[in-house]
Amino acid sequence: MKEKSIDPAVQHLVEKNAQQGLDTVWSRSDSQKPRCGYGEQGLCCQLCYMGPCRINPRGKSPQKGVCGASAEVIVARNFARMIAGGAAAHSDHGREVAKILLLAAKAPDSGYAIKDVNKLQKVATALGIEVKDRKKEDIAAEVAERALENFGQQEGEVQFTRLAPPTRQALWQELNIVPRGIDREIVEMMHRTAMGVDQDHRNIMLQGARTALADGWGGSMIATELQDILFGTPSPLRGQVNLGVLSKDKVNIVVHGHEPVLSEMLVLASQDKELLKMAKSQGAKGINLAGICCTANEILLRHGLPIAGNVLQQELAISTGAVEAMIVDVQCIMPSLPEISKCYHTKLITTSSKAKIENAKNYEFSEKNSLQTAKDIVREAIMNFSRREKVDIPPEKMDLVAGFSHEAIIYMLGGAFRGSYVPLNDNVINGRIKGVAGVVGCCNPKVTHDQCHVNLVEELIANNILVVQTGCSAIACAKAGFLVPESAEKHAGQGLAEVCQAVGIPPVLHSGSCVDNSRILIALSEMVKIGGLGNDISELPVAGAAPEWMSEKAIAIGQYFVASGVFTIFGVGLPVSGSEKFCQHIFKEFEDIFGGMWAAEPDPGKMASRIIDHIDKKREKLGIHKAKKRVLYDMAMRRELDT
Amino acid sequence: MSKLIATRAIRGAHKLVARAEKELKQAIEEKGPQTKVEFPNTGYYLPISYGMLGLNIETLAGLKELLGQAKKLLPPIPENKLWLPYLGHTLDAGMATLFADEIIEAIKYTQKPLPYLPEPNPSNEHLWLGAANDVILRERGIEFVDGTAPGFAACVGYCPSNDIAVRIARELQEKNLYVFISASTDGKSMAQQLQEEGVQMGWETRLVPYGNDVTATVHSLGFATRVALSFGGVQPGDYERVLRYNKNRVFAFVLALGPVDDEKHAQAAGAINFGFPTIADTDIDQILPTGICTYEHVVSPVPHEKIVSKAIEVRGLKITVTKVPVPVSYGPAFQGERVRKDEMYVELAGQTKPGFEYLTTKELDEVEDGKIEVIGPEIDEVEEGSTIPFAIWIEVAGREMQPDFEPILERQIHDFINGANGIFHLGQRDINWLRIGKEAKQKGFKFKHFGSILHAKLHGEYGKIFDKVQIRIYTREKEVLDLIDTARKVYQQRDARLADMTDEAVDMFYSCTLCQSFAPNHVCIITPERSGLCGAYNWLDGKAAHRINPTGPNQPVNKGKVIDELKGQWHDINEFVHHQSHKTLEFFNAYSIIEHPMTSCGCFECISCVLPSTNGIMTVYRDFTEMTPSGMKFSTLAGNVGGGVQTPGFIGHSKQYIGSNKFIRAEGGAKRIVWMNKDLKEELEPLIRKIGEQEGLEGFFDMIADETVATTEEEVLAYITQKNHPALSLPPLF
Repeated sequence: MKEKSIDPAVQHLVEKNAQQGLDTVWSRSDSQKPRCGYGEQGLCCQLCYMGPCRINPRGKSPQKGVCGASAEVIVARNFARMIAGGAAAHSDHGREVAKILLLAAKAPDSGYAIKDVNKLQKVATALGIEVKDRKKEDIAAEVAERALENFGQQEGEVQFTRLAPPTRQALWQELNIVPRGIDREIVEMMHRTAMGVDQDHRNIMLQGARTALADGWGGSMIATELQDILFGTPSPLRGQVNLGVLSKDKVNIVVHGHEPVLSEMLVLASQDKELLKMAKSQGAKGINLAGICCTANEILLRHGLPIAGNVLQQELAISTGAVEAMIVDVQCIMPSLPEISKCYHTKLITTSSKAKIENAKNYEFSEKNSLQTAKDIVREAIMNFSRREKVDIPPEKMDLVAGFSHEAIIYMLGGAFRGSYVPLNDNVINGRIKGVAGVVGCCNPKVTHDQCHVNLVEELIANNILVVQTGCSAIACAKAGFLVPESAEKHAGQGLAEVCQAVGIPPVLHSGSCVDNSRILIALSEMVKIGGLGNDISELPVAGAAPEWMSEKAIAIGQYFVASGVFTIFGVGLPVSGSEKFCQHIFKEFEDIFGGMWAAEPDPGKMASRIIDHIDKKREKLGIHKAKKRVLYDMAMRRELDT
Repeated sequence: MSKLIATRAIRGAHKLVARAEKELKQAIEEKGPQTKVEFPNTGYYLPISYGMLGLNIETLAGLKELLGQAKKLLPPIPENKLWLPYLGHTLDAGMATLFADEIIEAIKYTQKPLPYLPEPNPSNEHLWLGAANDVILRERGIEFVDGTAPGFAACVGYCPSNDIAVRIARELQEKNLYVFISASTDGKSMAQQLQEEGVQMGWETRLVPYGNDVTATVHSLGFATRVALSFGGVQPGDYERVLRYNKNRVFAFVLALGPVDDEKHAQAAGAINFGFPTIADTDIDQILPTGICTYEHVVSPVPHEKIVSKAIEVRGLKITVTKVPVPVSYGPAFQGERVRKDEMYVELAGQTKPGFEYLTTKELDEVEDGKIEVIGPEIDEVEEGSTIPFAIWIEVAGREMQPDFEPILERQIHDFINGANGIFHLGQRDINWLRIGKEAKQKGFKFKHFGSILHAKLHGEYGKIFDKVQIRIYTREKEVLDLIDTARKVYQQRDARLADMTDEAVDMFYSCTLCQSFAPNHVCIITPERSGLCGAYNWLDGKAAHRINPTGPNQPVNKGKVIDELKGQWHDINEFVHHQSHKTLEFFNAYSIIEHPMTSCGCFECISCVLPSTNGIMTVYRDFTEMTPSGMKFSTLAGNVGGGVQTPGFIGHSKQYIGSNKFIRAEGGAKRIVWMNKDLKEELEPLIRKIGEQEGLEGFFDMIADETVATTEEEVLAYITQKNHPALSLPPLF
């Protein structure tokens, strides 16, 4: 079982399921072996029905598709369509949030409200919206409308791209890849990769970059920023993680998916006095709301609610027999869930008209009846408590500290009066912190669950690289105990540990869900703005990694990081290896174009080495690779300092 | 690890805020909410709350808002396990502490008798001085501006022995740093240790005993805040700039001496907000990573013999001190020291014996560098308690030396000699007066050491304009009297030359942007007839300073085309000022108070401002702390004038400028003066009488009102109307 996952809780339940003859993601993954080699390398084309076509990766025939498409064209189109798919997912999420914000602004009785006025003002200012002497509802309505325009507009710029460093913006303009409208770029990407349109892999990837930027600096950023306005900007708090958070004696409701629009209402409903009373009347000691996947991250960051597990643990949560209801919305929901729910008393409830599953109960969750629907769902879960049979909750659970939003980082580095990124930049410059790495992304049963995340992060922090995390990767490292502040002393290199101990942080900072990768973009831009580390994101000693990725969304994220200037390395493998020419393009030529480039490396140790090498290279270019003598200031030098 | 520091600081903040709340409640109950609270003679209200939050607190009730702000900032104490980030919290706790300190200190000023002595120097009965007033701030401010004082050390607690306390104080003084002392531990304080050892304290010796209470530490940070507000042109409430200004300009640090309790940890956290690190002699843990301060935040434990140099290194401070080979401590901090009669071993010159000081230029081959001769008896041959004649004759030589520089160098004798611990110097030229203390004599100070001091310091500061210097010290009446006439003749020639020097006679003026370290947009233009507003730099000083440091803050500025002769406006000067003021000033009139007047950094000796109904102006010297007829005290006026902003109707200037022919010439000159504070008026009496004569105004001196006859504008008007003051018949000012 150890090859399946490094997590004992997972090992235990996978074993149990196997003994009972129940399928899990791992058994089904095994059934897929051997996988289609063409598909894995990106060489299978299904864009038209002259095919499916495939290219022989060993140089033998066939080397062209029926239409004449070469390996690099097929790989490029497939890869670009993954970007479009990922960008669509994040952005459709962002659109829902914008609609909710508009609702909150216009219909105060909707149950949604504007929680963070400071953030509202900040976002409005960034969008060029007047805030002075205006009611928050008016500002919020305009912010929401402006955000919605960013999806549908045909010309102009996706506005948050202006938060990038000026040098980066200028580069995007030069390359003509500033996204015009979020939906437009996705549609154009789909068009250009349809049969017989864009046949130049380089040109395809430029639109790939524009589409990805429309996600990172568009859809995802809108989702993050507007969620903060609606539900509060996260700040550091404590939580717990792993299946051991499920309660033996409370009604367990597991919420799974991505959009906090649903989970926030479930949080409210689960605290409802009447429902709590009702739970007691059913013999439960209370209601325990826990999360899976990115929804888990959202409710953790804003409420400190527990995380039951990451994406590969969704079936296992049900197989504890302790979950009264699993409520899902969109993305990363496995169609296998009804199957496994059937073996237990768990009710599987879908809530989005966009995402229904046969044999699951659907509660249409519309913005206008959100709280009532949430209460109905919780009620259903409570009434299910008495049907619970034997439970098998693994004991594993781990403490963690999370909530490192951009704003929280500013505060924690200097308080209300001196907050800024200066201490971060300073300690990067003086070498206590070698660099910063974003380690993000999914889990994938093709590799040992959690192992790459944990091994990579362990290696990075030991080498004084501060790690910022989101998504299922953060959950993996949380389970391994890296997200407690005590881990600085235990796992971090001396320099990083000193900084962590000065600030009181873990060496691994949990910043949120996968749309919250946009927080990392903002953080990188701020590092550039503060100064001392070059004029562009591409000059920073930073890197990105998705060690166990599986979703198209990860490819979109990877591409927007690369196009923003970040060296980004993926584990497992990339569906591009079938074309050397394409690999050459995104692994090498990209560096000249964007300053950031892709890399693929399944081994976490080697992945860490490549990240460290890259960061060292950047440090050398910045001239901060060697310890500098302390500068002592006389009056003349002080006059040069900024006041 | 630093969690311990965070925990203790946050705990300390909770205790101090609770104490402030209790004391405020009690004070309001006893004295009433409308009881006035203020630190004496300042235009900056309670400086921390004014600077950080923009609060104008004037009553006990007003302190409630500050208390509310402090409470809002109070963070939770970090948990033992699974703690949340505490650095931001610790800094907020530090700020809450300073708010609490300020409340507690402000309440002290409502007590009778006042627990502080509001004077520049302590007395035997009253050690603690409390908050500095604005006169001190301005006088001392210039030293922070020109680098004479590179920063300050806020010392809290006490040293293991009095000897160590004296050693640390002396070392800080020798490094030119101010030493602000507060917060006793177990009833013991460094200031008391210094007092027991007879060390002279007060602003003049840069050893400032603020207060016994831990909360008196706030006066150090209040002083720093006021420096930013007065010299940096920072607006009240703009906390970001106040703090950044202090991090990058005021190089201060905290020395924590002896046991450091929670409350002292909390003060350290407050200081870190300003970029001031703490260096402790006990083991209180460390915060080494950088970011809020320039380098480390807390360093400990540091042995006493290294604590001063370590603190300087941690703060990132570069101090270049000319090593002066004398057997006593040496540094500007000793300049303010006095030697009282009963402490004196010998008195030199003064009112009863002849004496003089003279510096002249010779050819290179006539001077042997470093040669020091004492002609007459050495100190060992002089009877204790006696007074003897005394002359200093200095000969310098060098390719860059010019006769114009002689008086500048000669004038330095006063400061240079006064820098020696236990030596007292007053006057110049042929009115010099010196005392050597018994202690200095005991340590081995001899007359020849005057030569050693002058040789080292002249080379250290003026080495660029001369190559060699030799000094003769005369201690016998015969030689002194033989030479005194030669010197006097030269003094007269110099005076005549300076008096002849006019703005029209030169092609270029000198800029002074020394104060841009504090007031980034201020530019002084020094002309022969308008010296720098601090009174410290005249045109010749500018010329010499430029020769010494060609890229320094004193640059020659061509006048260029005359734009307005009367107001003193020139094309090239305008351009220079525009550029140097970072494009904030477009025009500059050297001789006008109304139209585009010269800006001020904040170091002015005097302020003149229009009294509209009188058609005249009033002029007040910075020592005058009472209300003026403008309705503002000097400190409030200073707030309007300083910071590099042109304020029509207000100028800051030197005392000397009042006697200049170019004094507000555009508005009619000195005959516009309708009011002066009495001390200033009396000091300048000969000058004012001369102006009266020149203008043909009989009895002009008596037409000018002072505070004894008029304290409001109405009273001034009444007084000058009765006296038929010439301002009344001048054209309207506006």
